[in-house]
Amino acid sequence: MGITQAFRILLLVLLIGCAIAVNLTKNLMSAVIIFMSYSSIMCILWILMQSPDLAITEAAVGAGVSGTLFLMTLKKIRAEDGEEKKKKKKTAGRKG
Amino acid sequence: MKNRKKLFDKLYNVVAVICCLLLIGVLLYTVARLPHYGEENPRTVEVVERYVERGVEETGAVNIVAGMILDYRAFDTLGESHVLFTALICVLILLGKDEKNMRKEFDSYYTVEYENYHKLAGDSILRLVGYLLLPCLFLFGIYILLNGQLSPGGGFSGGAIMGAALIIFAAGFGFETVDKVFTEKLLKTVTFIALTFYSFAKGYVFFTGANGLENHVPKGIPGMILSGGLILPLDIAVGFVVACTMFGFYSLFRRGSIGHDHTFMDQQ
Repeated sequence: MGITQAFRILLLVLLIGCAIAVNLTKNLMSAVIIFMSYSSIMCILWILMQSPDLAITEAAVGAGVSGTLFLMTLKKIRAEDGEEKKKKKKTAGRKG
Repeated sequence: MKNRKKLFDKLYNVVAVICCLLLIGVLLYTVARLPHYGEENPRTVEVVERYVERGVEETGAVNIVAGMILDYRAFDTLGESHVLFTALICVLILLGKDEKNMRKEFDSYYTVEYENYHKLAGDSILRLVGYLLLPCLFLFGIYILLNGQLSPGGGFSGGAIMGAALIIFAAGFGFETVDKVFTEKLLKTVTFIALTFYSFAKGYVFFTGANGLENHVPKGIPGMILSGGLILPLDIAVGFVVACTMFGFYSLFRRGSIGHDHTFMDQQ
């Protein structure tokens, strides 16, 4: 078994590990980061499968832009949650 | 009632597990029946042979993949560009800030107190990285875009890289800097012209090709930058659409408008 083959198998194992880990993480932030690392591993795999144009697109879209969009959404959801908590605190204060 | 709900929950779990296992089984079965990596696929071998043997001669592109996606199957790519455009419009409808479809209470959704959404640009690390990286990123994107017919890459990859560079630019130097150049009007104009040009140019080629007429698009010498007939202009059109879409997504997700939104921001 050549070193390339071993590298390929290692990458595939990591890929499956990432795919399972995304499902198992409770923290949404780390899920996004694992998703981005999944895309990075997939990018190297595309190069190994000799399709560099897919690799470029995967690196730019999968690991870059879609991850950023997920993070933006998370930020917005958290901001909204924070606002709601603040409002709840205010109303609780009035009651007390 | 409670018992029934418990039973339903248990049944739901069992059915979910069975569905998952079935799906895994079907997918693994399909993967096992696919031809092995590197082997010829017996059913599509005719098309592959034609593409590999006569691709350079017929399309003028050294990069066979570009010849395939932008010449033989250019309508697929046209559809993809339109999908991106439609996605941008959907995001614009859903997240766009508009006096007509936004209630006043929702304004806090975009202007959160403890996060100054529109002035993130003070981050010095992001700025320094931007100074160093951005010229290279833009150049790399343009290089990939223009060399689509010669080397790996092409419209989609180059456009995605340019869009990502625009996003870094907006994140590091603030939306005000980008707004000077990149307005909603510019985005609409560029996307419209690119998509229209693509449709008409490719429609012309397909029309003449299907009717056995001669088309007047020069093929060029394979290997030169001006080769591949319509591939280079189509690459540029797709790249612009993709870059505009990527940055439009980011801008809409972040502040609910593309370019400076006069109706809302000036009021505040």
